Order: sequence, then structure tokens, then C-alpha cells
Amino acid sequence: MSREKKAGSGRWASGLQNIWLSVVAILLSLVITSVIMAASGNNLAEAYSALFKGAFGSRNAIANTLAKTVPLIFVGMACAFSNKGGIFNIGCEGQLYSGALAAAVAAIFLQGAPRILVIPAAFVAGMAAGMLVGGLNGFLKAKLQINEVLVAIMLNYIMRYLTSYFVHGPLKDPEASVAQTVAMDDSYMLTKLVPKTQLTTALLLALVIAVLMYFFFMKTRTGFNIRAVGENRLAAQASGIAMSSTIVLTMAVSGALAALTGVTEVLGKTGKFVDGFSPGYGFTGIAVAVLGRNNPAGVLLSALLFGIMESGAMKMSYVAGVSTSMIKVMQGLVILFVATPNLVSFLKRRKGEKKGE
Amino acid sequence: MYAVEMRGITKRFGSFTANDHIDFCVEKGEIHCLLGENGAGKTTLMNILFGLYHADEGELIINGKSVTKHSARNAFLCGLGMVHQHFMLVDALSIWENVIIGNEPGRFSIDRKESIRQVQAIADSYNFNLNVEEKVSELSVGMKQRVEILKTLYRGAETIILDEPTAVLTPQEVDQLLDIFRDMKKQGKTIIFITHKLNETKAVSDHVTVLRAGKSVHTVNTADVTVNELAGMMVGHEVSFELERVANEPGEVVLSLQNVRLLPNAQNTVSLDVRAGEIVGIAGVEGNGQKQLEEMLLGLLKCKEGKISLYGEEISSWPTRKRVEKGISYIPSDRYQRAILPGFSILDNYLLGNQFDEHYVPHGMIDYRVLEERAKDLMKSYDVRAVDEKQSIGSLSGGNQQKMVLSREASKDAGFVLACQPIRGLDIGAIQYIREILLKLRRQGKAILLISAELTDIFQLSDRIAVLYKGELMDMRKNEEFTTQSIGLLMAGQKGEA
Ligand SMILES: Nc1ncnc2c1ncn2[C@@H]1O[C@H](COP(=O)(O)OP(=O)(O)OP(=O)(O)O)[C@@H](O)[C@H]1O
Ligand SMILES: [Mg+2]
Repeated sequence: MSREKKAGSGRWASGLQNIWLSVVAILLSLVITSVIMAASGNNLAEAYSALFKGAFGSRNAIANTLAKTVPLIFVGMACAFSNKGGIFNIGCEGQLYSGALAAAVAAIFLQGAPRILVIPAAFVAGMAAGMLVGGLNGFLKAKLQINEVLVAIMLNYIMRYLTSYFVHGPLKDPEASVAQTVAMDDSYMLTKLVPKTQLTTALLLALVIAVLMYFFFMKTRTGFNIRAVGENRLAAQASGIAMSSTIVLTMAVSGALAALTGVTEVLGKTGKFVDGFSPGYGFTGIAVAVLGRNNPAGVLLSALLFGIMESGAMKMSYVAGVSTSMIKVMQGLVILFVATPNLVSFLKRRKGEKKGE
Repeated sequence: MYAVEMRGITKRFGSFTANDHIDFCVEKGEIHCLLGENGAGKTTLMNILFGLYHADEGELIINGKSVTKHSARNAFLCGLGMVHQHFMLVDALSIWENVIIGNEPGRFSIDRKESIRQVQAIADSYNFNLNVEEKVSELSVGMKQRVEILKTLYRGAETIILDEPTAVLTPQEVDQLLDIFRDMKKQGKTIIFITHKLNETKAVSDHVTVLRAGKSVHTVNTADVTVNELAGMMVGHEVSFELERVANEPGEVVLSLQNVRLLPNAQNTVSLDVRAGEIVGIAGVEGNGQKQLEEMLLGLLKCKEGKISLYGEEISSWPTRKRVEKGISYIPSDRYQRAILPGFSILDNYLLGNQFDEHYVPHGMIDYRVLEERAKDLMKSYDVRAVDEKQSIGSLSGGNQQKMVLSREASKDAGFVLACQPIRGLDIGAIQYIREILLKLRRQGKAILLISAELTDIFQLSDRIAVLYKGELMDMRKNEEFTTQSIGLLMAGQKGEA
């Protein structure tokens, strides 16, 4: 009976305990990064105050921190969505590239049409592209039992280089020296919330999506079905849930959410598709989801945390001379600690034992 | 001298007290039975003893030494071993490998020959009748259990805790297990044994401790009490074992199997009908096609040969959902795998299988108000004991999980009920109750197919009985035409005149 008890007691206090674990993970990684930074001769106080100033120092700094948070929210939601259904979507990177290109192409193609038409069209095109790539991934898993992780990794390469091919060739802006599409009309860009920053209405959309996702999983039949499949596939199946279509749906929606990352980068920041624009959002998204425990509010918070780190990193590097890759180290450590709650319980057990002897 | 002394043990889960100042003492070298209704706190108490939970209050003394800081590792050091109800074996490995996992003698290398010899020696000394080089995947449930016991013995456990070890065993396997207990006792081991079957308690134990609602009510000499007295102690009042199965004329055929091949290598196919207001019992030792039958009826396993019809309509190729909506209530044999979402609330678990019902989910939106009302009702009338309906189902005691599943399925508006091993892991009170429910469903005119390894179940409930052996029906007759002996022979595959 221990298996049921373990699952039970784990989830019984799940909410609190999980937040606790996330907080511990963050603190632990902070401590370790600090030690590394101190050991390499950096002034910690200086470094952290630079980081803080970089992220919150002014109105514009705050806005840019939020702007850096937005893509992480979308991609974090995408990963959280599939995780709820028990599927690991490591293909967000490919999905967001395809979404970005489709959105850019739609906007450029509709050049001249009114804004009210073009923006929704770009969103639809981008999400449809992400849905297709994600859905394909799900389909291969559901119908042909091909490991979704392998497929996703391959699709990531395919989409990354396929989009690259387009902007090197047929879709390349002939005037530009780098591989990118022509810029879309300025009027098709999302409205800025704070002028002269990159913060746009995409933030509002991200918040709306978070709320929708919460309601979707808590209140709708389809949301319940996806959760059920994620919790116990065999029982879900016996209750009448169709396995394949649920898996395809989960991956398709996750793909569409991931695509929003790309769409809002294009419509909110660059105004065109730039080859290789993503700094690995797809992978950071996994971290964001895991740290946020796949829960919409949690994802918002952890995306914000990552956004703060990203946006403070620059300042930390030129004021305190701490390499920006230190932030990557810190993010990596967070994941390590969140993904290994067993480590924490292991440490606890060891401690108990020592005292017991 | 006591092997284990637990004094005033209290364990709370939130506001709920699962163990309330329990005293539990086990003498060295005895077989001690722990009895109690579902949810009485037996598993919780054993988890505390084994260091998986920490008691909020109370004292724990093992081998005369007071233990202050307890943990699973410490339990191991004190010579305790536990056999959980769910096996934790690696199927792909052989028996000896499973036994030494996590216990490899050398750091980097394993002396294969020596390990095999050691493990085999222990197995032989307790008459386990195992060849330790066999793969675990090829073993029966009873044999797997022996491997679990072997693991604890290999680790040098002196006191062994077994949580409902007999729930999953066939009667023969139970007898063999009890013999193993006796052998272990002869060699000085102490055994703590949880069960719901009082005759097992009587047969093997020296002392019995009865828990009721989280309190220890009695510890008695087994020889001094009768089975009925024990039952009385457990529930707090006399229990009757009488069941009345009033004769009734069955109605139309609800479910029908025609020439269905259950096992690929079975010589004959299976045909049978279940009519409205009738219980058809499938007797047989587990592993003779029961699982296949169960899964084919639900559409979880493809029925490659033969026809399954519900209300005259062929459903063999229907998806599960369509079958469920047409009217199947399903109590799976493996509750933990097939019937529940362990981390979800009781409420969400009531939704499972009802999520396509417009009553609970109008227009695709879950109506938690309706669901909650229903859940509260069912929990009350089926005596599902929990803090509230928001508690996760995985934290309920095994028997309460089963009652929850049963209440969900019995309350469905479905004409056909597939009940597989419905009383597994239930206490006597609950068993009686479940049997009454099944008879009530029969009175309501439902067609019930009962698959059970318990002959008492089969005989008390069924109108007609079929015996399954190697995927074939050995015989099918009216209940009255069988005797325990004749069924026993058929179950063992011996045809001939009963
Ligand atoms: N982790 C937990 N969180 C909350 N409640 C729990 C937890 N574990 C057990 N309980 C509650 O404690 C009570 C006792 O449970 P326990 O599992 O010990 O019963 P049991 O005697 O083993 O019953 P059964 O015969 O049904 O297995 C139950 O009501 C159960 O709901
Ligand atoms: Mg129990």
C-alpha cells in the first residue's frame, strides 16, 4: 500500500509543499551562484545591486524586465500545458520559430490591409503553424508510438533551419545584410504599454492566457480529460477518454501557446522574422514550467523571476564585471534543484538518520 | 521480551486523527495479527513503525531500546522489514538481482555466483520453492510476494511487517504463505501481519490487536477468541453474515459474448449471456483470462475474434466511451491502475467516468455544485471515510478507495455492471456491505458480471456460475448445481463429472 500512500501524502499538502520546494530551489541556487561569484573575486553586494538596478532601476528598466518576461510566460504556459497532460514538450523551440515566421509572412503578405485585420490574421497564422508542428509531434506519438522527445528534437532542428532557409532565400530582405524578412508596416506592431520600451500589449495577452488556462483545467471537461491522462493514463482510458485524440490535442494547444512566443516577438519587438532570434526560449520554458509547478500563477511568477535575471544580467556584467553566463548558471541550478526534489528528501532522510544513530 | 513496543502513538493528518494514542506490543518470535476495519489506521501505524511517517506523539521501543529519531533507514538498522501491498520489483531482472538491488555486497562488482548461492540458500531454508535465477516477470503474484519477503530476509530483517499480503492471493497461495510464516516463526522471526480475513488470523497468529477508528481496542490471545468475537471487536457490534438472494426471474439479455477468444492459445472460445436482474459469477484462479475478459468488455483490449453485444447491439469495435455511455459500470480488478486518479481530489474522482454526462458537465463545463452534492451524498451513504471531498483519494485507506469507486459505479445509470474482484482489500463489514449493494443492483434489474477469485463471493451472489480455466469456460451452470469441490476441480482444469 505504500505506493498509494506515497502518492497520497505527497499530494495532500501538495500546494504548500511544492511552493516550498520551489523557494528552496531558488535560495539554494542563489547561495551556490554567490559562492562561485565570490570565489572568482566578484563583489557580491555590487553584483546584486547592479542586477537589481538593471531590473528595477527605472520605469523603463521595469518595463523592459516585463518585456523580457512575456515570451517566457507564453513558452512556460506551453510547457506547463503539455506537462499537465503528462507529455513533455521539448519541441517549443521549433514551434515558436514556425509560429514567428508564419506571423511575419502573414503580416507582410497583407501589407496595406487595415491593422484591425492584420494583427489577428498574424496571430491566427502563427498559432496555426505552432499547432501544426505540435500536433504532428503528438500524432506521431499517439498513432505510431514514436517517442515524443526524439521527434521534438528533430522537429526543432527542422523548423529552426527551415525558417533559416526561407530568410536566407525566398523571403530574405534584399536590402538587409543579415538573414531576415522585410520589416512589416509599423502600424501592424502591437501597442506599446510604456513608450520607448519593448513592453507591449502582449503582456496583457499573456495574463489573459494564464487566466484562461487556469479555468480551462479547473472547469472544462476537456481540461479535466487532459489532466486525467496526465495523472493516470490507464484510468483515464477506462473512463472513456480517447487517448490518441487527447494526446494530439494536448500537443497542438501546447504548440499554439509556444507559437505565441514567436508571434509576439515579431509583432511586439522586431517587426520582422530574424533568423535564429530565439535565445533558447523553448528550453527556458521547460524550466519556467517546472519551477512554476505547471500551475498558471506559478508560471507567471517563475517567468518573472527569469525575466528579472535576464534583464539585470547586462547591468551586472558591465557594472560588476560578472559574466552574463552567470545568470545561465543560476537558472540551470534552479532547474537542477526543482527537478530533483528527491535530492531534498534524500538530504532530509540522511539528516534524520544521522541523528537517529 | 518485546520485539516492538509502540506506546501512546498518535498521528494526525490535518485535523483528522488516524492513530489516537495507540498501544501496540509484539513479542519476539510471535506472529501478531493487526485487525481493523478499513480506515482504522493499520497502515498508518505500520508506516510509523517502519519510519515512513513520524508520529506526533508517543514512544517507540524496538528490541528494548527507545527510538527517538526514526526513519526508514533506522528501521532497517533495527532489523525491521516491510512488505508493501504493491510490489516494488523490477520485472526485467531475475529474482536474485531483485533481492540484492540496493544491497550489493561489493562496491563495484557483484560476485554473481556467491550472490545466487546466498539468496537461494535463504529461499530454501524457508521452503520458498523459488529458483532465484528466474525472471520476476514470469512469476505469479504469490511468487512475487515471496520475493518481497526474501528481500527483507536477505537484508537481515528480524521483524517483518506485511500489509494485507493475502488480499491478492488465491486460496492455495494463502495456505502456502501461512506455512511460510510458520517456518519463519520457527526460525525465530517476528511477524506482524495485517489482514481482513479472520480465518487467517485464527489459523496462524499468536496474538491479535484490533484497531477501531484509530484506537487500539484490544490485544488478545488468538486462542481465546472466536472469529465472531473478533468481528464484533472490529466493528463494535455483532455482525451478521446472512445474505438473502431472493429468487427472481431474469429479464432480457443485456450482455452477450459470442465465440470470443480470450487468450490467443486457448482451444475454445467463450460464449455467455448476462440477463437483466441476474448475477453471473466467473470463478477461476486469476490469470486464466479474467483480465483479458475485463479489458475486452471495456474496449481496452481488442477483441480479435468473436462478438460482444450490449442490448443486442454489437459493441466489439466501439471505443470505450461509447460503450460506457451505452451503459457499462466498471469496477476494475486493479483499482489503483484503472479506477482512480491518485493525486486528484475525491471530487474529481467522482467525475472520472461521468465526465461525458451532461448532468455533471453541461456544455463541456464542469458543474462542481452538482458534483459536490452528489459526492457528499454518495460518501455518506456508502460510508466512504475521509476528511472531506477535497482530500486526495490517494491518501484514503485502501478500503475507502474501493468504496469510493464502488459508490461511483453503482450510482451510474447503466444497465450492465462489470464487477471485478470487488471485495479485494475490504474488511468484513465492508464486504458484507458490497455484497448487499451488488444484490441491490440485481434487484434493480441490472445485469451483473462478477469476476472474483473468492468462492464465497461467487456462491453467495451468483445466479449462474461459469468457471474459467486457461481462457476457456470449463462449465456453466446454475449456482445450486455446483459444490465447492466440483468448482475447485474445474478451477484446476479437471473436467469430468462433478
Ligand atoms: N497521507 C494522509 N493524508 C490524510 N489522511 C490520511 C493519510 N494517510 C491516511 N489517512 C487517513 O487515515 C485513516 C487511516 O488510514 P489507514 O490507511 O491507516 O487505514 P487502514 O486501517 O490501513 O485501512 P485499509 O484496511 O482500508 O487499508 C484513513 O481515514 C485515511 O483517510
Ligand atoms: Mg491499509
